Amino acid sequence: MKDDKSPVWVIADQESCNLLPVTPQLVGKSRKLADDLGTTVEVVLLGDGVDTQPSNLFASGAERVFLGNDPALAEYHPDVYTDVIVGLAEKHKPQIILMGSTSMGRELAPLVAARLSTGLTAHCIDLNINADRVLEQIIPAYGGEITIVCPERRPQMATVAQGVFPLPALDEGCRGEVVSIDGPFVHTGRVEILEVVIEAPEGIPLDTATCVLAAGAGAGDLEGWKLIVELSKALSAGLGCTRPAVDEGWAELETMIGQSGKMVSPETYLGIGLSGEQQHMVGIAGAKTMIAVNNDKKSPVFSQVDYGVVDDCRDFVPVLLEKIRQYREKQVSC
Amino acid sequence: MLKIVVCVKAVPDPKAAGNIKIDPQTKTLLRGNVPMVLNPLDKNALEAALQIKTGMEVHITVLSMGPPEAASIVKECLALGADRGILLSDRGFGGADAFATAYTLAMGVQKNGDADVVFCGMASSDGATEWVGPEMATMLDMPVVTMVREIIPHADEAWEVKSALENGYRRMRVRLPAVFTVTRDLNSPRTLSFSGIIKARKKTITEWGLDDLGVSAERVGLKGSPTIVTEMRTVENTRKVEFIEGTREEKAEQLVQKLVEVGVL
Ligand SMILES: Cc1cc2nc3c(=O)[nH]c(=O)nc-3n(C[C@H](O)[C@H](O)[C@H](O)COP(=O)(O)OP(=O)(O)OC[C@H]3O[C@@H](n4cnc5c(N)ncnc54)[C@H](O)[C@@H]3O)c2cc1C
Repeated sequence: MKDDKSPVWVIADQESCNLLPVTPQLVGKSRKLADDLGTTVEVVLLGDGVDTQPSNLFASGAERVFLGNDPALAEYHPDVYTDVIVGLAEKHKPQIILMGSTSMGRELAPLVAARLSTGLTAHCIDLNINADRVLEQIIPAYGGEITIVCPERRPQMATVAQGVFPLPALDEGCRGEVVSIDGPFVHTGRVEILEVVIEAPEGIPLDTATCVLAAGAGAGDLEGWKLIVELSKALSAGLGCTRPAVDEGWAELETMIGQSGKMVSPETYLGIGLSGEQQHMVGIAGAKTMIAVNNDKKSPVFSQVDYGVVDDCRDFVPVLLEKIRQYREKQVSC
Repeated sequence: MLKIVVCVKAVPDPKAAGNIKIDPQTKTLLRGNVPMVLNPLDKNALEAALQIKTGMEVHITVLSMGPPEAASIVKECLALGADRGILLSDRGFGGADAFATAYTLAMGVQKNGDADVVFCGMASSDGATEWVGPEMATMLDMPVVTMVREIIPHADEAWEVKSALENGYRRMRVRLPAVFTVTRDLNSPRTLSFSGIIKARKKTITEWGLDDLGVSAERVGLKGSPTIVTEMRTVENTRKVEFIEGTREEKAEQLVQKLVEVGVL
């Protein structure tokens, strides 16, 4: 394994034939990993009508794209996609396979890992090659960070959320090799996808919001949560949450920020009634200005923000809403 | 009769799990005496099975891998209405990652025999990998659907389910036997009843170790785990907080001012 020159792989994720940002982000990171290992970056891209996408992957740093462009691959199908990827991996023996922590990756990665009898690390926040040329997979845990490795089995597999790594600078001049994957792509019919329904999310999307308001267990109950929703509207902020808010049923899982949820990088972050647990905070590491409201002056959240308000959010938020209203009125009358 | 297995895990109470910390000096875990409870999403998994039982003839087995103390959560599931409780417990099972856990549970499902449906919570609150359901399905050679938020069971053995996507859902038809991992949107789990607790007193929990499962010690626990933790560290904070002080009114006014300065208002 010492001088393993086998490639680093990324499994591409696309929607309506466009690459999701996590794919070029992972290709960019893989470029760095592959350079450290002295090897190549290769991407497996499956879909229907995705044959113009390889150039984007080459511009992001890939040298080779395995392209499966076929009507049978249009939608992610667990059995079909697993068979194709496992077949390729058994033949080409990549040393690393990375996937996005997307709806697809979260199901496909463990299916592929189990078939290849190898390890898989969930939702990494960083990846490095160590002195033994092994992939170090970093995740937040217990108020700190832990490093996980897969020392013996290959490939080493990990998922990473969109937004953890930056988009690479594109080099449009880069060309690479396209290897087409031939069908037929058949499955046993034990799982059939009848329909895929896209539901437009409510409110301001977290990914693009310049201000993100996140709230947690401190909201107390549904009434308290309604105040938070009202504040997010008053601030035109994207509304995110911590896990207890999802567990309590106040907020949707899709709006959870953190290691196993969304990674966002707004200009301003306002965290209310949350304790600043590492698993949440890694999701907003990119924010420029950070503000927290918490009723406990000793809360660890205060050591991770620029401005702090010590108060009970259920009493403070109504007053804040009133002050915002007054401010807006003054703006209009000026 | 439909045979359902529900896989459940004892986890540190999520409401207190923040007390488990890395000791900055020794880089080991300070466990902080956090009580073990039934993983929240596993309640939804059990509830799914119990609801199917109201419309069909169903036998529900609850299966858990864990230390002997985890018997209490298996007991809780029996009190909620499960018919059989199995705890996979052995020193050799300790230190398992998701892969070794999935393998051990798969062997438990196999020994229990002829499962038509296996339910799991989508993730555990402590590991949160989401890998155990799909990996176990692969090892059992069953199809899997993750993040199930709606189930329409059919007697003709193909079930229709809706599975959550980031921005919508998939509607799928799945031939049994199959594994489903469930989200909290699927149902509202029932709470313990007094009569359930009384009934569960008479039910015994089956305990299986390494020898009962007849598996090699190399394939379970730490030895059977492809991944290992090599390092733990605390992280340094780079920001320095400035507290906004005063009466509640003053604090709110100053915060509005800050929000104006940074361009939010
Ligand atoms: C593997 C793994 C992955 C995870 N992934 C994520 C993730 O992606 N995202 C995520 O968010 N979590 C995640 N978690 C959970 C995470 O560890 C924390 O449990 C969670 O972030 C805590 O949420 P919280 O801060 O809202 O709740 P708590 O930690 O309970 O904090 C509540 C805070 O509110 C304050 N408070 C209480 N009442 C009031 C009040 N009336 N007014 C003002 N303040 C009040 C308290 O002082 C306290 O600081 C993960 C956990 C694990 C193990």
